[in-house]
Amino acid sequence: MSKPIYLDYAATTPVDPRVAEKMCSFLTLDSGRFGNPASRSHSFGWEAEQAVEEARKQVATLVNCDPKEIVWTSGATESDNLAIKGVAEFYAKKGKHIITSKTEHKAVLDTCRHLERFGYEVTYLEPGLDGMIDLAKLEAAIRPDTILVSIMHVNNEIGVIQDIAAIGEMTRARGILFHVDAAQSAGKVTIDLDKLKVDLMSFSAHKCYGPKGIGALYVRRKPRVRLEAQMHGGGHERGMRSGTLPTHQIVGMGEAFRIAREEMAQENERIRMLRDRLLKGVQDIEEVYVNGDMERRVPHNLNISFNYVEGESLMMALRDLAVSSGSACTSASLEPSYVLRAIGRPDELAHSSLRFSIGRFTTEQDIDHAVELIHQKISKLRELSPLWDMYKEGIDLSTVQWSAH
Amino acid sequence: MIYLDHNATTPLDERVLEAMLPWLQGAGNSSSVHALGRAARAALERAREQVAALAGAHPSQVIFTSGGTEANNAALKGVTARLPAARLAVSAVEHASVQQPVAALARAGWTAATIPVTDQGEVTAQAVEAALRDGARLVSVMWANNETGVVNDIAAIAAVVRPAGAVLHTDAVQTLGKLPLDFTAAGAHLMSMSAHKLNGPKGVGALVVDKAVDLEPLLHGGGQEKGRRGGTENLAGIVGFGIAAELAATELQMRRTRMTALRQRLEQGLAVQVPQAVVFGGGASRLPNTVFLALPGMEGETLLLELDRQGIALSSGAACGSGYHEPSHVLRAMGVTADLARCAVRVSLGAGNTEHDVDTLIAALRMQAARLQAMAATAW
Repeated sequence: MSKPIYLDYAATTPVDPRVAEKMCSFLTLDSGRFGNPASRSHSFGWEAEQAVEEARKQVATLVNCDPKEIVWTSGATESDNLAIKGVAEFYAKKGKHIITSKTEHKAVLDTCRHLERFGYEVTYLEPGLDGMIDLAKLEAAIRPDTILVSIMHVNNEIGVIQDIAAIGEMTRARGILFHVDAAQSAGKVTIDLDKLKVDLMSFSAHKCYGPKGIGALYVRRKPRVRLEAQMHGGGHERGMRSGTLPTHQIVGMGEAFRIAREEMAQENERIRMLRDRLLKGVQDIEEVYVNGDMERRVPHNLNISFNYVEGESLMMALRDLAVSSGSACTSASLEPSYVLRAIGRPDELAHSSLRFSIGRFTTEQDIDHAVELIHQKISKLRELSPLWDMYKEGIDLSTVQWSAH
Repeated sequence: MIYLDHNATTPLDERVLEAMLPWLQGAGNSSSVHALGRAARAALERAREQVAALAGAHPSQVIFTSGGTEANNAALKGVTARLPAARLAVSAVEHASVQQPVAALARAGWTAATIPVTDQGEVTAQAVEAALRDGARLVSVMWANNETGVVNDIAAIAAVVRPAGAVLHTDAVQTLGKLPLDFTAAGAHLMSMSAHKLNGPKGVGALVVDKAVDLEPLLHGGGQEKGRRGGTENLAGIVGFGIAAELAATELQMRRTRMTALRQRLEQGLAVQVPQAVVFGGGASRLPNTVFLALPGMEGETLLLELDRQGIALSSGAACGSGYHEPSHVLRAMGVTADLARCAVRVSLGAGNTEHDVDTLIAALRMQAARLQAMAATAW
């Protein structure tokens, strides 16, 4: 039995062997580097601290910020929680209105919903059919009591890239803080925090060939952004996030981000070619729609709806392909993707969509094999589909009166 | 280098590393990550069972976190978020990851009372009762102190907290793996644990929660841990925690016996060779591995650097606070003078330590004590 072809890099990435190797050197007994980085009284601690600071520099270098602006967290979910709750609580006296979008990751949306129970008001912007946030709509939503705008850089489901540079200009001009969830963009899209007027940015290691369970939050120092800490304790990370720093995890994230910076340009080219190959391979299938803008999109992502095919059957038929329908976190529920709904896809198309996400270890062979499988299975499923028959006969399904049994 | 700072952190057990590696490396083959989807879930639940077993809890009560600090924050903030602001009480000797959330809660309308300790550092059930009479709805008392090693009778404390209708949280970070723990039998409502104190990896811990407790999640989003803690699971870390817990359960008695013997060797050696050494909390029930001591007249920081120079790693108390020069709040709560408290150094034994290590420490302390005496003799 062969393993499935992995095309689900947006859900998680395997740890790069170079990252794993570096991490292990901080776990072994004889390394002497297992110390608590906060232990000031012996070399076990000093070595660990040094490694942590090197990794901090590596992360900062990828996004061109000061290492002091990088706060370690347990992942992007925590970073999102810290950014949004941290700002909301610190600036509560200034205002209690937050603007975000309907297509954010659950870590942002659920955090906003939580704040709504504590008297905060949240405006959830609807993107256009291409997945892009309309800047005029954003501007119109701003109120005198708006304290935070949170818009993700790259969407995890459809891969579209928001214009965070423009959004930053708008928010900075109005003295509003701007948070960006960059979990899906770091290492894929150039990020220059010296130029971008972004105040807070969330990073995830496991989307970038690093380990799960570690992430970071960029917190701007010039101009100074203040946050109410969410994890209180020993005062780590300048009081912004307490808790013993997991040296091996941090070293892993640093290494992953170093590799990303060095290899991003080349890797993107290769991935773009593979994505184009995949797209070309399925474009000849009838009633196939790409979700999200094709231009302003990371090359790693291809989200496609196959009309007249039921989504779960499609996933099962494509057992030999590891892909996602809907984001990984919510794939336990049978709701159609809220992101696809938000960009105006009717439920049937949303249900029959698949997200293909390509990565560092994807080969041409993988793509060709995937294309073959898709052709095979789509034909088969459509053969079985009465809706497909009706479509082929020219019946406009929207005019059909369906009766209940 | 002799490492005697196991309460700060412990080296990873080789067997734990072995168990973690497949999850850390993903075999370098990207398709195995997805194919392992169901295996991943199974490994996660197995680890949950292993941790629950060591803690004397039911697996469904275990929520994995990023560590002890998060568990403490989740417990205190989670409980108070679902109650109208009222009174809470914490012991005077808690770790910063309990004290600081409490301070934050105090800023949010809760009143925080401090439960005093005896001069040996113990939190008595009577002291807790007094706090309950004052109206405390939430009580937090650590199972064992990270600096002195003093162990509290959580069962006795739960026996007064529960009838009062209040909630009891206990920080068991330093106790797990060192002493038998039975969450269910003890009767606490919430219990915090951390993997890196028992030869497991850093960055992972757990909060054990009694079903009856209504808890607001600390981290929202993603729905992991049955909606109680959002965020992609740190599977390698969790698997490591599970194995570390299983090993601790199997070896608990052996570790306890071995540590106790080493600790006694140290204390007896000091009593004979360094009689001026003071052991804090010496009269109380303590963790088998911890000796919080002082050479009166010698600054703890100075002693530590001297010992580090001689290849012995200790600490002055909590690792977190080791950048500061404030005397230990634990000792101050025990009535120790600031001057003497500033002399404190903590010895915490663990895996890999030998009788030779203990003897080397005793010799080094004896030398330092002698130097101190000599300096005192010549001073005028």
